[in-house]
Amino acid sequence: MKKEIIISGFGGQGGLAIGKNLVEAGMAEGLEVTWAPSYGPEMRGGTANCSVVLSDKPVGSPVFARYTELIALNEPSLVKFEAGVVPGGTVFINSDVVTDKVSRPDLKAVYVPCSTIAEEVGNPKVSNMVMLGAYVAETKILKPETIESMIHSMFTGRKAKFVPLNIDAFHRGMECVK
Amino acid sequence: MEKELWKGNEAIAEAAIRAGCDCFFGYPITPQSEVPEYMSLHMPEHGKVFVQSESEVAAINMVYGAAGAGMRAMTSSSSPGVSLKQEGITYIAGAELPCVIVNCMRGGPGLGTIQPAQGDYFQATRGGGNGDYRTVVLAPSNVQEAVDFVQEAFDIADQYRNPVVVLADGLIGQMMEPIVWHEVPKRKLPPKDWATTGKHGRDHTNVVNSLYIDPAECDDHNHHLDAKYAEITKNEVRFEERDCDDAELVFTAYGTPARIAITAIEQLREEGYKVGLFRPITLWPFPEKPLHELAAAGHVKQFLDVEMSSSGQMIDDIRLAVEGQKPISFLGHAGGVMPTVEEMVEAAKKALKEAK
Amino acid sequence: MAIVYQKSAGLTDKELHYCPGCNHGIIHKLVAEVMDELGILDTTIGVCPVGCSVFAYNYFNCDMQEAAHGRAPAVATGIKRTHPNSPVFTYQGDGDLASIGCAEITHAAMRGEKFTTIFVNNAIYGMTGGQMAPTTLIGQKATTCPLGRTKEQAGMPIRMAEMLSTLDGCVYAERVCVTDIPHLNKAKAAIKKAFQKQLAGEGFTFVEVLSTCPTNWGMTPLKAKEWLTDNMIPYYPLGCIKDIDAPKAEVK
Repeated sequence: MKKEIIISGFGGQGGLAIGKNLVEAGMAEGLEVTWAPSYGPEMRGGTANCSVVLSDKPVGSPVFARYTELIALNEPSLVKFEAGVVPGGTVFINSDVVTDKVSRPDLKAVYVPCSTIAEEVGNPKVSNMVMLGAYVAETKILKPETIESMIHSMFTGRKAKFVPLNIDAFHRGMECVK
Repeated sequence: MEKELWKGNEAIAEAAIRAGCDCFFGYPITPQSEVPEYMSLHMPEHGKVFVQSESEVAAINMVYGAAGAGMRAMTSSSSPGVSLKQEGITYIAGAELPCVIVNCMRGGPGLGTIQPAQGDYFQATRGGGNGDYRTVVLAPSNVQEAVDFVQEAFDIADQYRNPVVVLADGLIGQMMEPIVWHEVPKRKLPPKDWATTGKHGRDHTNVVNSLYIDPAECDDHNHHLDAKYAEITKNEVRFEERDCDDAELVFTAYGTPARIAITAIEQLREEGYKVGLFRPITLWPFPEKPLHELAAAGHVKQFLDVEMSSSGQMIDDIRLAVEGQKPISFLGHAGGVMPTVEEMVEAAKKALKEAK
Repeated sequence: MAIVYQKSAGLTDKELHYCPGCNHGIIHKLVAEVMDELGILDTTIGVCPVGCSVFAYNYFNCDMQEAAHGRAPAVATGIKRTHPNSPVFTYQGDGDLASIGCAEITHAAMRGEKFTTIFVNNAIYGMTGGQMAPTTLIGQKATTCPLGRTKEQAGMPIRMAEMLSTLDGCVYAERVCVTDIPHLNKAKAAIKKAFQKQLAGEGFTFVEVLSTCPTNWGMTPLKAKEWLTDNMIPYYPLGCIKDIDAPKAEVK
């Protein structure tokens, strides 16, 4: 098993954080993981992306030209990265921001209204968790319980009050995948 | 021991602190700025010294001063900044001071780009500054090795009174990977009785110096350094051989391309190709003998050197070691473009086909 | 027999290599005497430059480091930050400090590094054979301005003591010379004060000593002394430029 994932969006949209959540959960489940960010001028407001590998074997290359999944949080990311998804791969799209559809018929598209759901559960900041839920439900690569316990360890002490909100967002994201 | 997820640059900084680094002097430059950032917060917490210098030139000279006064000193930078440090490094080598220098290489020449590259191989392994000297060069190919090598680098530096370079690249500095903080073996180290700490009753002054104005004395000093480099070469060579036992084609690569090669080898092996990897871990001293012996093996038909460099730099050392026994082909990109698994697979197949 | 004078314990027995009439020997002696009188020879770490005083590590009877050209203030920073209780000084010439090492001295002063710099200004590059320095006077001849320095070609000479005194981290800056006994006494007092303020942990301290270079000026030692008095002092006025208590950190 090996997942090679590109997560891309505007700087500040939380794409890098989704990647970190994935590798942390992957590590907790005993997988081999790497997270490699694009770095440079794009972090000043343009499109930023990261490359994530989740594998049951030691990770050779942490960067790749073809990937099993793409998580596109904005329009330019879909335009730039759709071509590199392997045939039969999956594209996750924040449909509140990206109005275009996946053009390749050989790809599975999962449209997730991350921002709308985040607003519904009470905080626009948790849209990442919505997307993470969709990814976990669709790929089944990670156990939902792992993400939930990760959320518990992310928010402790005075921040513990954010736990239910994030878990709610994560579950709502999972429900987007039927 | 528990795995922890660390970003390369921050892990490098934390490793130095755990190795007993007394002082860090640095200057911001992408893609290594997380090292001084981490140090600025955490060195003072440990009662240690952090100074953001006015330039890389000043930083390496602060390292000189602190190392000369007996401290475990470190600086880090990326390619253009390391060029500026070369003056200080040759003085440090000449005065025989221990220190650790981390280079998260980026594309050049000049300002180049901030993306990962390996164009500083010559600079690191040939001395880089003026005069006849060598720095020990350790090349990690993942975050775990970066962490281990930085810690060991302080001991190697102290053992031989010589600068040690940890030659990483922007990818290793920027990526996150799980690591384990295991014990790095500690060496038995000589006392620093040469350091300028103030005389404190000593009957002579200690002088830290690289000036030998009398040519005969300077010649002697160089021979003394040579003897030390021979000792390091005898003791410290490190490399990794992977799937080489039956390999017809052997990739040669260090750092990031070496880990990309591992994925390429897996793919090629699945398709039935007999390929392996020879990975120098110490770039100086270079694993010349083991590579020479591998080249002599009957099953090895050829080498494919992969570097993040346009026409290759380490390939010169590969050629010197192989000594014409087997052909060597090359695959490389410079300027921040990394070789891909697909390219490596294709280049290997092409090379194997031509050999038949 | 009563001893009325003897060489300072702050100097080694090594014979000085300086040219006849050069002031480095006198300035070495003053620094050595101050260290001896303050009782810090056993704890001090000095840093010498590249230039005529490159061999100063042979002469001072304390631990010494030899720095790359201009980098003595960076080297001293590395020493002092890791040995905050040790007295540290740099001894630098004008090519070293005011030209190639201008960034290092400026930023050491800016940071208020708690060491003392003895800056020997003889308005020329001595060791390399009399080339123009940033401190060479207008009209003064040197091997790289054989017709005399002009403002148009090389700008006006730099006044380091005044420049550094503008920085809050610099708590003491004085310019002195050693052309006669009264001036020599003042010079020694300034050097002593600089070390004392360093020992009190106040900040960066700086003493600029105007000095002769008979060899490269092409003069007898006596003539050189006169030339210094007549030409250097009017442009580089003697006296205390700055003497304050440690500055308070203020964020505005």
